[in-house]
Amino acid sequence: MMHADTAPPGAAAPVFYQTDEEGHHSEGSTMLGFWLYLMSDCLIFATLFATYGVLGRSYAAGPTPKELFDLPGIAVNTAMLLFSSITYGFAMLEMDRDRVKQTQIWLAVTGLFGAAFVALEIREFVHLFHEGAPPWRSAFLSSFYTLVSTHGLHVSMGILWLIVLMVQVSKHGLIVENKRRLMCLSMFWHFLDLIWIGVFTVVYLMGVLE
Amino acid sequence: MFANLDLQQLLFGRFTIEQIPYHEPILQATFAGVAVVGLAVLGVITYYRFWGPMWRDWITSIDHKKIGIMYCIFASVMLLRGFADAILMRSQQAVAFGDQQGFLPPHHYDQIFTAHGMIMIFFVAMPFVTGLMNFAVPLQIGARDVAFPFLNNFSFWMTVAGGMLVMVSLFVGEFSRATWLAYPPLSEASMSPGVGVDYYIWALQIAGIGTLLSGINLIATIVKMRAPGMTMMKLPIFVWSSLCTNILIVAAFPILTAVLAMLSLDRYVGTHFFTNDLGGNAMLYFNLIWIWGHPEVYILILPAFGVFSEITSTFCGKRLFGYTSMVYALVVITILAYLVWLHHFFTMGSGADVNSFFGITTMIISIPTGAKIFNWMFTMYRGRIRFEVPMMWVVAFIVTFVIGGMTGVLLAVPPADFVLHNSLFLIAHFHNVIIGGVLFGMFAGVTFWFPKAFGFKLDDFWGKVALGFWVTGFYVAFMPLYVLGLMGVTRRMQHFDDPSLQIWFVIAAIGAALIACGIASQIVMFVVSIRNRDKLRDLTGDPWGGRTLEWSTSSPPPDYNFAFTPVVHDSDAWWDMKNRGFARPMTGYKPIHMPKNTATGAILAGLNFAFGIAMIWYVWWLAALSFLAIFVVAIAHTFNYKRDYYIPADTVSRTEGQRTRELEMA
Amino acid sequence: MRAPARRGRRLLPLLALPLLTMLGGCNFVVLHPAGYVAEQQRNLVLAATGLMLLIIVPVIAFTLIFAWRYRATNEDAVYDPEWHHSTQLEVLIWTAPLMIIIALGALTWIGTHTLDPFRPLSKIDAKRDVPAGTQPLEIEAVAMDWKWLFLYPQYGIATVNEVAAPVDRPIRFKITATDVMNTFYVPTLAGMVYAMPGMQTQLHAVINREGAWEGRSAHYSGAGFSNMFFKFHGLTNEGFDQWIAKAKASNGVLTQEAYLKLEEPSEAEPARYYKSYMQGLYDRIIGMCPRPDQMCVGEMVKIDARGGASGEEAEANYKRLQYDNRLAERGIEGPGATAPASGTGPHGQTQPEGMRPRPDMGNPDVRGQTSPDSQGKGSGEGQSEGGQIAPKQLNQ
Repeated sequence: MMHADTAPPGAAAPVFYQTDEEGHHSEGSTMLGFWLYLMSDCLIFATLFATYGVLGRSYAAGPTPKELFDLPGIAVNTAMLLFSSITYGFAMLEMDRDRVKQTQIWLAVTGLFGAAFVALEIREFVHLFHEGAPPWRSAFLSSFYTLVSTHGLHVSMGILWLIVLMVQVSKHGLIVENKRRLMCLSMFWHFLDLIWIGVFTVVYLMGVLE
Repeated sequence: MFANLDLQQLLFGRFTIEQIPYHEPILQATFAGVAVVGLAVLGVITYYRFWGPMWRDWITSIDHKKIGIMYCIFASVMLLRGFADAILMRSQQAVAFGDQQGFLPPHHYDQIFTAHGMIMIFFVAMPFVTGLMNFAVPLQIGARDVAFPFLNNFSFWMTVAGGMLVMVSLFVGEFSRATWLAYPPLSEASMSPGVGVDYYIWALQIAGIGTLLSGINLIATIVKMRAPGMTMMKLPIFVWSSLCTNILIVAAFPILTAVLAMLSLDRYVGTHFFTNDLGGNAMLYFNLIWIWGHPEVYILILPAFGVFSEITSTFCGKRLFGYTSMVYALVVITILAYLVWLHHFFTMGSGADVNSFFGITTMIISIPTGAKIFNWMFTMYRGRIRFEVPMMWVVAFIVTFVIGGMTGVLLAVPPADFVLHNSLFLIAHFHNVIIGGVLFGMFAGVTFWFPKAFGFKLDDFWGKVALGFWVTGFYVAFMPLYVLGLMGVTRRMQHFDDPSLQIWFVIAAIGAALIACGIASQIVMFVVSIRNRDKLRDLTGDPWGGRTLEWSTSSPPPDYNFAFTPVVHDSDAWWDMKNRGFARPMTGYKPIHMPKNTATGAILAGLNFAFGIAMIWYVWWLAALSFLAIFVVAIAHTFNYKRDYYIPADTVSRTEGQRTRELEMA
Repeated sequence: MRAPARRGRRLLPLLALPLLTMLGGCNFVVLHPAGYVAEQQRNLVLAATGLMLLIIVPVIAFTLIFAWRYRATNEDAVYDPEWHHSTQLEVLIWTAPLMIIIALGALTWIGTHTLDPFRPLSKIDAKRDVPAGTQPLEIEAVAMDWKWLFLYPQYGIATVNEVAAPVDRPIRFKITATDVMNTFYVPTLAGMVYAMPGMQTQLHAVINREGAWEGRSAHYSGAGFSNMFFKFHGLTNEGFDQWIAKAKASNGVLTQEAYLKLEEPSEAEPARYYKSYMQGLYDRIIGMCPRPDQMCVGEMVKIDARGGASGEEAEANYKRLQYDNRLAERGIEGPGATAPASGTGPHGQTQPEGMRPRPDMGNPDVRGQTSPDSQGKGSGEGQSEGGQIAPKQLNQ
């Protein structure tokens, strides 16, 4: 930690400042910052998963997962989200080739799959309400609705973000900023996919197959 | 008539004019005080025509230095509020014995201790810490701003919006009575109906978003924006402590957000996370809130450790002893911070194995902490210690903090905790570490960096007076609480029956009065320093013989911090530059790329404040409207692609020429 | 004790007064307990403090010595601005605390296991084992809104805010609460344990001396928390028998109606005896089903284990499982209510129903919003039917 790594004695004076200006770090920091945000979001989900783990068997002498969940329906739901992830991947490939129109088309397809996912989820919730299983019925249902709808809200935000980005891409084309934003949304979208796989396994599969 | 009522409810939710406590003498006096001071401040701003500059240079500023300063000002204002609560509690407990009920009924007293704890942690300690990190970190790593300057401004205003919600609860409705962590089932809607807990929840949620974003921001800054040559093991130790703190923030605050969201669902939707009935589990809340809460303790203390390290080596004129072991100690504390949460409720009956596991992990934290204290001690060894005010705070800190640390380890022994938990011994312990550690650290840091921020030093005499009052006041106020704890006296009591205890509470109240003198001296210190600023002026930019990069630039630093990005060869970069004949560059200035100011952060925070108020008072139309507006403003902001500009080379040249003249004068 | 002594130099005159009173009538109950469990806990406090002082005292001393010796004005002291590393010192500063923590950790592991509140006692004091065949005294303690209910299942009596035990007989407390968390704490007897609604904690303890001490809730539980204390009596065997007999001789019976009345918030309740209480009361309290139409938690857990319920049955269960809102439905203010729900106006000086009147609180009813009788109802007047107020001498 002494001066060992700098110039040996007698050599030219050490360089103490940069004369040519380096570029600002915006790109790298944005990706890192967004990744950090995703990790913090991941912790929110971790907390909700832990809560579901603790409360998920407290049916309060009421309905249980086995009775409530319609696994084929959820499988369709899952497929929607997985497809949307794939189509987002296509959009990113097109973005790399700087093809605005194709990128926009794939983004739109992604958005539609996402919307289908949200719509199916809302339908499921309506169905549960009719079954006499609203969130205030038991601790199990409270933690179930909170976990699943937090994910659903994230997807809805993602769709909103996607629409905004599509408008921005159509306005300014695939400029550096827009590409960076699309990359962030891509991370977000795949992250939600990953979370959903957790939800599907822990909540639905384990709930029904128990 | 019913139609009328409905309209009233539709428009104002559960708010009625009766919710303003205009008939309560204590509140009247407080409101009068706040109004007079507020009007005076507004008057001064108007008189000096400061509105324009305030808007342009401060409120909309994305300059990390200004945001850092604003955080510290905000923390100081909230310190006055939190301390007013402390004085009320100390006086109530000093008089309420036997037949005397004191002047605060439980209904009011309970709000005061809840507000005191919550404000001191979230709106005094946190903004102080964030403020110092914001101010010093970019300067210390040779950067021109943080990684996300706009987010930084937004984070600050979100913190303020949260703090304002707590302040509003004084004059509109009431604040929570459910203690500073709002333990359910007491904080549930069935036990605590009314707006109190809702104020608590929304203040924390809104401020929490700010804290989280600022944590992400500073991590990205430290990881990505260090000056060339500054490897991780050459980071100034304050930057290391900030990095650890911000990692803790990003890894802990989401848990708080989630757990408070669940509590609010319980209160607003009627879910059963933490209720007694229908399968809820309040113990889950205890665990989750302390998984956030214990790291929070280290979030507060680590930056203070960093400040003490910087000050010790600066004023000892000596390299920090054991830099590497300091860094490892920080990292070990960061990791262990997540393995100790259960020690906050040993008495819940988790069983001997669990309790002793968490007790022992807690004790293990004292090893790296102890190593750090030894490192400061050996930094002083063979140093040449200049006892300026910041250094005096360091000595006061070490002596005070080790006592607090000792009682803390004592409380980590579960059977000892069984007799001391929730007693005044516990209160004395955490005030011992938070005042003696965090607050002393923040005061030391403010005194240390004040000349960097404003170009003149703080008045020495009043600084020492304040230190004297604070240190004696602290001991007089809290040592009696240790004693009372050993008498089995518990916390949060509004009234006592046993008159033999009174003398101890009277002493504690005297201590609080001494601390009040300390705060008054600090206010005098600022006033005197500002009036004598020409005498206290520092033209060198390096008044203390500093060692890190912030002292290489002018005081206050220019908007762009450094005309040329420094190249670092040593952990004490500026010390190294001074020793090896650094010559300040005088020519060859280039335009500097900087972010533009924006009002979006303040507007978004204002809308969040409106949203918070609307949710608290059930004004659903306003909630929907402000929620929508938040999205509209945020999205509109993303349509602005021109967020930066260049400072022209000749402006830089002019600024640096001014600096050259100042250096010649000094 | 040590802490103020250290700062004594400056504060000596101030501290002298209370120190004197302290020596006169010492009430350091944590340091002079009357129960064996608390005594062991006290010993652990002292041992741990002693161990830590081994390192704390030198640290403070050396800090002050270094600060003085290496002050800038002392030109004689060595100044070595580049000295910043010493492997020996580094090893020392990490191992010295480590050694202390290893010792303390061992103490902690042993102490935590021997003093686990759930573990039955094996000794009644430092010298005597629990005699073979001793039945511990069973006491079921319930933290209610601002009073303590004690049930003696072996004797069939119940008391409020007073509990007694014979000297040297092991006691087993089973502890729960009605609606918010509290802690059960008798400093002289043993450490504290949480009292939680719907759950049971335990505390094993023994009292070794005759006397009367205060016990209380140490975990904030709402408006009446400050007055939520009870008397703990250590009695001789004969004294205890008399005490039981006195309770038996009272005419109070803790029926279900009396319990539901008792459950309502009240503070500073005088001690009260019931010669008997309804069967299964404690289980019903833990089960959160004091009313017969409510479903107990035990039954709920059984249904859940069977795979829940559905349809109308689930609907019916939902109604029967409501518990938290039972007091609100009776129009009783929550223990932590704030405006506008508190009904007294923001920062109102008036006390809600069931709370001790506070005459010196200034104008009681500024805005005339509350009903006039909200002031008078304190001290559980409305609730004493069915229970007998304890005689004065036991109430001291």
